Amino acid sequence: MTKPIHLAPLCAAIAAFLLWTACANHSVKADGSVKPEGTRKPAPEFTLKDANGQTVHLSDYKGKVVLLDFWATWCGPCKIEIPWFMEFEQQLKDRGFAVVGVSMDEDGWNVVKPYIQQYKVNYRILLGNDQVGEIYGGVESLPTTFIIDRAGKIASVHIGLSGKDEFKNAITQLLDAPRTASIAPLGGNFGFITSPR
Amino acid sequence: MLLSAATSVSLQAQGNSVLSVAPPEKLNVKRGASAEVRLKAQLQPGFHVNSNAPADEFLIPLKLTWANQPLQSEQVSYPKPQFEKYAFSPKPVSVFSGNFEIATRFKAPPNANPGLGVMTGKLRFQACNSKECLPPRTIDVRFSVELQ
Repeated sequence: MTKPIHLAPLCAAIAAFLLWTACANHSVKADGSVKPEGTRKPAPEFTLKDANGQTVHLSDYKGKVVLLDFWATWCGPCKIEIPWFMEFEQQLKDRGFAVVGVSMDEDGWNVVKPYIQQYKVNYRILLGNDQVGEIYGGVESLPTTFIIDRAGKIASVHIGLSGKDEFKNAITQLLDAPRTASIAPLGGNFGFITSPR
Repeated sequence: MLLSAATSVSLQAQGNSVLSVAPPEKLNVKRGASAEVRLKAQLQPGFHVNSNAPADEFLIPLKLTWANQPLQSEQVSYPKPQFEKYAFSPKPVSVFSGNFEIATRFKAPPNANPGLGVMTGKLRFQACNSKECLPPRTIDVRFSVELQ
């Protein structure tokens, strides 16, 4: 006599696996274009340290257009974008714009500080961690850049090396946009992440 | 089995599968003798890893390391790198791409216990294509050893 095959546990296991893979596939989606204002989501708040040991919150940049660049010293394509971002910082900082670089280097400031000194990076660099990458949708490849509007919402996402004009157009479009009466604080709707380093 | 499948999917989703390594075959070696093992690596088309000696101080080199028993690694020999020009570097960058092999010369200690053992090692690398880079990764490698 053959034993009956119980399919229910197997089906449940397969369903659980499919659900797990669907949930796990939360990578950042990006096409680089500026999203319509009503469809933008709040940029997750974080707390990280800069090269001087100062604590920095994303919400410190409330009311500014922010280019948030996830990068690393070992990332060649990031090295192409950094001079563009330095130029944007210099040209547009007086218009309410700021570049914030989040280094994802595992070796920390030991490698990041010499790099920012060697390349004379003129904008603020923070030391990131996996948790910050995770709340930004799972930053897996570098560079990954978010452009955040004055209301603290993510207006565009750029994964991989993008065009200088693409960034410039997105930033100027956001800087030129009329200011809304109530600018929400940056972050707040998501988890609050602090730097362990 | 389900957990194994889930882990595999997760790794692929994280972009860890750009470099794969074929496990070396079982090695039969006499105590006191030397033997070579070749580790065959395969990179996804379009990707490269830095060679074992990248010119730029900030680039992460590929590195193969082994535990020191039951065999002792005497020398790791990396293939000849390709020198590719990328927009981010004024000088050509020393890389490996496609299929490549890393040879390791092992010595079996004369006083080692005979029998079956396992050699374990780690291959660290950092992969990029022309537009993006993946975080540095370490792959565990292992092969069986029959000490005679």
